[in-house]
Amino acid sequence: MNTYFLIIMSAILVDNFVLSKFLGICPFLGVSKKLETAAGMGGAVIFVMTLASLATAVLYQFVLVPLGMEYLQTLGFILVIAALVQFVEIVLKKMVPPLYQALGIYLPLITTNCAVLGAALLAVSNEYDVLKSTVYGFAAGVGFTLALVLFSGVREKIEMADVPDALKGIPAALIAAALVSMSFFGFQGLFA
Amino acid sequence: MNDLLASMVFPVAVFGGMSLVFGVLLAYAAKVFEVKTDPKITEVRAALPGTNCGACGFAGCDGMAVSIASGRSKPDACPVGGEATAKAVAEVMGVVMTNTVSYVARVACGGLTSCTTQKYAYEGMKSCTAAAALHNGPKSCPFGCLGFGDCVSACPFGAITIIDGVAKIVEANCKSCERCVAACPKKLISMVPRGKNYLVNCRSTQKGPVVKKNCDVGCIGCGKCVKVCPATAITLANNLAKIDPLLCTNCGECIKVCPTNAIVDVTAPVVLWKRATTV
Repeated sequence: MNTYFLIIMSAILVDNFVLSKFLGICPFLGVSKKLETAAGMGGAVIFVMTLASLATAVLYQFVLVPLGMEYLQTLGFILVIAALVQFVEIVLKKMVPPLYQALGIYLPLITTNCAVLGAALLAVSNEYDVLKSTVYGFAAGVGFTLALVLFSGVREKIEMADVPDALKGIPAALIAAALVSMSFFGFQGLFA
Repeated sequence: MNDLLASMVFPVAVFGGMSLVFGVLLAYAAKVFEVKTDPKITEVRAALPGTNCGACGFAGCDGMAVSIASGRSKPDACPVGGEATAKAVAEVMGVVMTNTVSYVARVACGGLTSCTTQKYAYEGMKSCTAAAALHNGPKSCPFGCLGFGDCVSACPFGAITIIDGVAKIVEANCKSCERCVAACPKKLISMVPRGKNYLVNCRSTQKGPVVKKNCDVGCIGCGKCVKVCPATAITLANNLAKIDPLLCTNCGECIKVCPTNAIVDVTAPVVLWKRATTV
């Protein structure tokens, strides 16, 4: 139990995917303008990351390792994640239209997201088993959502502020991102 | 040599097989879980501009297409595509389009910072809505444009600029999406048919002397324009002249008699001047 707690807390706070590992920066800057869209994207990422971590862990443990093809993990993971997300989209559209509407355009966007692939690869390098990988993927998704939602709140405030012309838009957002990231570095050593 | 060949062929075979299985699965899933969509949606979507600008109020052209195809929106609901798009969409929907009038947004305020005074020094959020909540904003005229640019940030097409504290529409860029109309806390922006050049550049319903004190170019409700207009397009209500754009013939007689320059030719550049009297 303790191990799972550690995995979850460290994936959310200490090794936050966006703010400490700098994975998934494009959606972090792209869809963080509004709290609403940030939450939608976060939900989709949690959903896909959990599923993808499960699928890639199964692929790694039961296909790649027995065949001695661990060196092809990146390729295999991309293949599985892309196919999985496509499949989930098709199924959701038919079976759960409301959820499909809610996840909307975000679902295909995440297909090739580096944070999703990163969660799968890091789970392997941490030598997690299938269950641990899934939990790790879920926690990483929660961490991503936390970062995205926090940052969108900051950006909504920046919109109202009097920013110098040269820094308007992305530059101001990047500075804010750096500050938020630095604040998360305060969690380093939380479990040391 | 054989080892090398095997170490290459084997992974290729495994991955090729995996891809094939996934491909077949996806194709099968697409068939099994197929959702029937109205073919009209696809056709309408093809007729729309496809810029996904969001000016219609939907997230993108797809949303607009669904709404039009289901009859919730009119065929000319896309403000960007103009007449050509409206016609193409109407054809898909099987309705005849009567000629549509193109509208353009106009800001009815000429109270430049140089023509007005400040009631107080405002140092709050750079937002008209926020400033308007504090005694109608810092500008001396309670009806005046505050110039913080809520409309500028609302405009998806960059068609609005702020010149000396008053918003000005660049009509060539205006796509009549009406976002600015909703964004203005002073309700100064309205939609008028394109090609009418003359505008009463004021919304103040205060009495003449008060207007005069607040602003150099406000409408004082003298009624000279009403008398001179050959098309009787101008009416006076609540100390404010109003031009009916449907009756206006663009003759420009009103602009000549207006004593305060409150009626302007919108095609002419904005004149910057110093306030004559200090209050």
